[in-house]
Amino acid sequence: MADTIYTISAFIALAAVITAGVRLIAGPTVADRVIALDVLTIITVSLIVYIARMSGRIIYVDVAMVYALISFVGVVAFARFLERGL
Amino acid sequence: MKRLSNTLLLFAILLLVWLALTDFNLADRLLPGAVFSLVVAAIFAPGLDILSEIRPSWRGIGYGLVYPIVFLRELVLANLDVASRVVRPRIPISPGIVKVKTSLRSRLGRIILANSITLTPGTLTVETEGEFFYIHWIDVTSPDIEEASREIVRTFEKYLEVMFG
Amino acid sequence: MALAGSLLTLAGSLLLFLGALGVLRMPDVYNRMQAGTKATTLGTILFLTGIGIGRLPEPCIFRVLILILFIILTNPVSSHALARAAHRAGIRLTEGSVKDDLDTHA
Repeated sequence: MADTIYTISAFIALAAVITAGVRLIAGPTVADRVIALDVLTIITVSLIVYIARMSGRIIYVDVAMVYALISFVGVVAFARFLERGL
Repeated sequence: MKRLSNTLLLFAILLLVWLALTDFNLADRLLPGAVFSLVVAAIFAPGLDILSEIRPSWRGIGYGLVYPIVFLRELVLANLDVASRVVRPRIPISPGIVKVKTSLRSRLGRIILANSITLTPGTLTVETEGEFFYIHWIDVTSPDIEEASREIVRTFEKYLEVMFG
Repeated sequence: MALAGSLLTLAGSLLLFLGALGVLRMPDVYNRMQAGTKATTLGTILFLTGIGIGRLPEPCIFRVLILILFIILTNPVSSHALARAAHRAGIRLTEGSVKDDLDTHA
C-alpha cells in the first residue's frame, strides 16, 4: 500500500517536471527560464532522494545535497548575470 | 570577547551539521569533525560579526523557539493560498510592488524578516533599502505604506525584535 | 509509519506539481516566482520528510533534515536575487497590476 503511494507520488513529481519544462522552453524572458530551472532543480532534488530510498543507497542523499548547493549557486550567478553581466 | 563568542557559536553550528551528516557516529567522527570545525570557525568568525547581533536573553531564546512554529504556520497558509489560486480557471490576482517600513535595526533581523516575508502568503521581497522593503504582493489590498507594513511585517517583527533588536 | 510517510510524500508531490503549474500559468515573472518559491518549498519539505520517516535501510533522517533546512534557507534567497535582477533588467509587471512603488522610486 505504502509503496504504491510512493510510486504515485514519484509520477506526480514527474508530471511537475514536465509542466515546469514547458515554461523552461516557452518562457519569453531569461528570468522566466531561470525560475523554471530553479523549480526543476528542486523537484529533481526530491526525486534523487526518492531514488535513494528505492534503491537503498543512502549515498544518493549526499548527491541530492550537493545538487541543491550547486543549483543555489547557479541561480544566484544567473541573477547576477541578468543584473549587470558577468 | 565578542570575537570569541562568535567563534564558539560558529564552531557549534559547524560541528552540529557535521555530526548530522555522519548520523551522530560519535566514536569515529567526533574528533576530526571537531578539529576541522575549529579551524574553519577560527578562520571565518572575524568576518561574521553579524552573529554578535543575536541578543542572548531568556525571552529571546523563548521567542526563538516559538518563531519556527509561527513561521511554519505562515508557510502552510502560503502554500494553501498559492495552490487555491493556481487551480482556478481564471487566476484571481491584483499584483503590485508596495513599499513597507520595518522597525528592525539589526542586519541579521532584517535578513530573516526578508526571507520570512518571501515564504509567506502572496508576498515576495524584491528590493531592500535600509529600513524600507519593496515587496511584490500578489493581491494588493492596501496600497498605503503604513497599512501594508502592518499587514505584511508585523507578524514576524514582534518576535525578531526581541531576538535581534 | 510507512503509510504516514507515503501520505506525506503524496501531499508533497501534489504541492510540487501545483508549484510547477503556477510557474506555467501565472502571467508575469514576479507572480511565477511567487508560485515557484512557496509551493515548491513546502512541497519539498513534505516530500523529503515522508521519505525520511518511511522505510529506509539505515537511519538517514538527520541528513534529510539538513537538506530540508538548507532548502528553507536558500530558496527565498535565490528567488529574491532573481526578482531583484529581473526588476533591474527592466522586466515590468503584468498588465492590470495595481502599482509599482519601486518603479517610481528608480
